[in-house]
Amino acid sequence: MRRVLILSVLTFFPAFFVVLSMPLLSWAHGVAGKRVFPPTLSIEDPFVSDELSFLFNSIKESGGGGEPPTNSTEFSFEYSKRITPHFGVSIADDYRFLDPEGGDNEHGFGNLEVGAKYQFITNTAHETILSIGIAAEIEDTGNTSVGAEEFTTISPALFFGKGFGDLPKPLKYLRPLAITGVIGPNIPTQGRDVTTTVSEVTGEIEREVEQHPVSLSYGFSLQYSLEYLQSYVKDVGLGAPFNRMIVLVEFPFETDLNRGSGGDTTGFVNPGLIWIGKSLQLGAELQVPVNNRSADHIGVLGIIDFVIDDLFPNSLGRPLFH
Amino acid sequence: MRAVKSLTVFCALALVAIWPGLVWGHVFLERADPRVGATVGVSPGSVRIWFDGVLEPAFSTIRVRDASGNRVDNGDSHVDSNNEKLLEVLLLPHLAPGAYKVIWSVVARDGHRTEGDYTFTVGGI
Repeated sequence: MRRVLILSVLTFFPAFFVVLSMPLLSWAHGVAGKRVFPPTLSIEDPFVSDELSFLFNSIKESGGGGEPPTNSTEFSFEYSKRITPHFGVSIADDYRFLDPEGGDNEHGFGNLEVGAKYQFITNTAHETILSIGIAAEIEDTGNTSVGAEEFTTISPALFFGKGFGDLPKPLKYLRPLAITGVIGPNIPTQGRDVTTTVSEVTGEIEREVEQHPVSLSYGFSLQYSLEYLQSYVKDVGLGAPFNRMIVLVEFPFETDLNRGSGGDTTGFVNPGLIWIGKSLQLGAELQVPVNNRSADHIGVLGIIDFVIDDLFPNSLGRPLFH
Repeated sequence: MRAVKSLTVFCALALVAIWPGLVWGHVFLERADPRVGATVGVSPGSVRIWFDGVLEPAFSTIRVRDASGNRVDNGDSHVDSNNEKLLEVLLLPHLAPGAYKVIWSVVARDGHRTEGDYTFTVGGI
């Protein structure tokens, strides 16, 4: 048995490294024809990738439900890995600092999130990408004092990206436009929490019920790529760094569907800029709440995204299987 | 205050990230001659495209077609021997006034392929 194991290891690892070190012609991720879809800050990307992203978010969250308004600052990371050129997995987490009005500061990790995505359509002529995916926020992997839930939430979703490079010549200045979007439910594995206490005043048993509704996440990003304009439509004389910029507005929304809060919606309008480099991408956005339920003030978002398949094209950045 | 500290850390990370030594990967078009979408007064002798990374000569090409789809280049596209980021092709002499489509396909040193096209116009049409 031990010999079999040693033989397997001696066979597997050299083969594994030979495969990893093979030179290969490939397409960068997030590319459909001439279109480079950047990793966006609020809307989940429609493509599979080899990326390491760090996201910064600071906003004043609304109070409600007995909670005071809270200044929230988050650092998130997400590592995405392609298993095949069209199938990838991801792992993400965040560290939160909460500063509630009149309360004690809290900080800690949110729940761990894992996901998988399959990019089933990549149309180069029409700059179109379609993917399906599923993510799970895993219960009890974060700190409840910063809002990490004690139940798992499953989120299947459909993702899309469409560039408008196929518009006719009279509309050529609209060709740098692109839209990406996502829609999918968030399904908690636990419908509600019931807390039972005995009143110190009356001695009666009191039950407090916290509902966990199913919600629908949906949203889109509208992008205008100055890189596309400069490289494929008209050289308007933009120099660095503007010739690699994408102007965008993102519209992330979430609406509760049941359990007493059906129809309640939160959402933001996030105008911003993304700079796309060869191996990293930077972005910043304002986060404008659409209603009081979403937040009290305008927030800020920032992202640094390392493109692993460009940094390590022949090893870590390659899909494991072709 | 905590948010300011956090933002400072984020900016520091960004500075480290954009340090030039880290940057390589698939290539983008830097500039072209004739320029993308330009109208030129006289027939150009060649099309030259500068990219922001080193190209693999064996897998990098330019083709130029007129409005009818006919090739108007000499079929000799090549990476410049003195500048590995420059791809060029000679054109047939005396191109007629009209629109021309430049179709390029390049492979960066790291193996990433990028394709694109653009048009230029001869003679002010």
